Amino acid sequence: MKKLIAIVVLSVFVFSSCVEDEVPALQNTNVSLNFKHNWDGTSVSNLSNTIQYTNEAGNELSIERLRYLISDVTFHKSNGETIVVEGYNLIDVTSGENLSYVTPVQIPIGTYTNVSFTFGFDNTDNTEGVYTDLNSASWNVPMMLGGGYHFMQLEGKFVNNVAAEQGYQYHAIKAVDNADPMNLVFQDTFFTVNLGEVIVHNNSLVDVNMNIAEWFKNPYQWELNDFNSMLMPNFNAQVKMYDNGQNVFSLGAVN
Amino acid sequence: MKIVFYILVFTAFLSCSKDDSNNESEQYVPTPLALDVPPLFVQKILPPVIPFTNPQTVEGVSLGKKLFFDTILSADNSQSCATCHAPANAFTDATQFSDGIDGVFGNRNSMPIFNAAFNYDEKFFWDGRSFGLELQALQPVENPIEMHNTWEQAVSDLQNNTQYPNLFQLAFGTSIITKELITKAIAQFERTLISGNSKFDKHLLGTATLTPQELNGFNVFMDESKGDCFHCHGSDNNPLWTDNIFHNNGLDAVFADLGLGIVTGDPADNGKFKSPSLRNLAFTAPYMHDGRFNTLDEVINHYSEGLQDSPTIDPLMKMVAQGGVQITTQEKADLKAFLLSLSDYEFINNPAFQN
Repeated sequence: MKKLIAIVVLSVFVFSSCVEDEVPALQNTNVSLNFKHNWDGTSVSNLSNTIQYTNEAGNELSIERLRYLISDVTFHKSNGETIVVEGYNLIDVTSGENLSYVTPVQIPIGTYTNVSFTFGFDNTDNTEGVYTDLNSASWNVPMMLGGGYHFMQLEGKFVNNVAAEQGYQYHAIKAVDNADPMNLVFQDTFFTVNLGEVIVHNNSLVDVNMNIAEWFKNPYQWELNDFNSMLMPNFNAQVKMYDNGQNVFSLGAVN
Repeated sequence: MKIVFYILVFTAFLSCSKDDSNNESEQYVPTPLALDVPPLFVQKILPPVIPFTNPQTVEGVSLGKKLFFDTILSADNSQSCATCHAPANAFTDATQFSDGIDGVFGNRNSMPIFNAAFNYDEKFFWDGRSFGLELQALQPVENPIEMHNTWEQAVSDLQNNTQYPNLFQLAFGTSIITKELITKAIAQFERTLISGNSKFDKHLLGTATLTPQELNGFNVFMDESKGDCFHCHGSDNNPLWTDNIFHNNGLDAVFADLGLGIVTGDPADNGKFKSPSLRNLAFTAPYMHDGRFNTLDEVINHYSEGLQDSPTIDPLMKMVAQGGVQITTQEKADLKAFLLSLSDYEFINNPAFQN
């Protein structure tokens, strides 16, 4: 019997010695932000050239390409402390890539009064040409418009006022007035998206919903006959995108 | 009971062992070969894609080069890969369509081969039907309008050759030749075909000066209100000069060739073809998937005034109703000058890439 006990004890000791890392207490966890897309409640996943949406101004349109950038996800505690997750994620709805963003650092389990992120890049992060993955994805903004990176590319076709299909390129960047190419005038158009309270469990899945229709709705009824192409150098269009973007995102299910 | 005890302890310690270094040390390992990645590429874009199942080696690249230029892969020993992918033409040819060993012509322009290791999505051919260079290289050998061979015959010919079994032994540690090893070797060679030393590259590195016309042309390229080429064809921050994505660029109102649509079966993909790189345009005429344009002037005119509308035309094609972006004659000339500055003469003359 003593030998049997010795075997068991030694076995436990030997086998446990193979484990290289201690299993941490479940205090910190990865959080996955899952980006989901809808048009006023109707799920949008497979993009195509089919004219199937109608915006607030009454324009019928398709959504053929949608990519956008979020950065610096931040967890806000009730005591005012914040955990800023430095980094970014280029969500590509067209190809289905990066629809889920797992925070590259672990987050303490608990209740957060708010989880937020930046739509696009703030001015510190929006640095010309420094991100090799974004360069490889042709996500850059020309230097003649200030350089840096796109915030969003939303493209498709709409039925114009002569009943013909016409392309639109709703590209969001930092607003720039390039009337004088030697003296560009900028206005910030990145913005903070506040999702609200989130209780982070072990391996939490947080759904983030984008209502694409909101880009065309509030406060400006976006008339595609007026604003459809060459919007990157269009200062006023960029400011309108910024304004309309404020209510685009919302918190979905948290699991 | 003691036996059980010792077996248990022995087994436990074995389970902690991570590798069998004794066995590995006896295996033949060809010489690793790093790709010669240009400094701008290192600085600007992601590293090349090299499958872990086919690492680059000195012996593999050497074998792949020999295979690339060898007519032994074709049924009548008359054509090699290089027949349609010649170094002087940046590894394409100078004809609209290429004829195979039987004199039958295909219906697509031979694609140039360079910077394939930086095609991150790894979709090859104009319609993206092959995933990875290794699978791409499987097709031409058996294509009836190209090499019109069988892989069985090609493998047999190589196996019975006086040189190849030993070269495969050196490259892959086996003299038993298979089509998979053949295409692995060719893919290794193709990954070395890196072009990153054009006048524009040198300009970005500060070792060459563009002419005012070339600079104006670059501005036309980057201006969304003019050429707006950069959304699909790279920029000074993406030296590949392609997005390697599939677009309908308004060539036809009715499609004779469905392109990507053939592969996906999705009508929304009809008429879409991969954006080619704008590097080396000085050597790669004629242009487009069907080689319809003999000159760069024709290409530029197409985007300026010649767009044809269709249900799948890319939303990035602007002013379709007016035929295109309507740039001036001077802007066209400037744009052409810039595009030609992307040509890499050192690449086409690189001794490592010649037969």
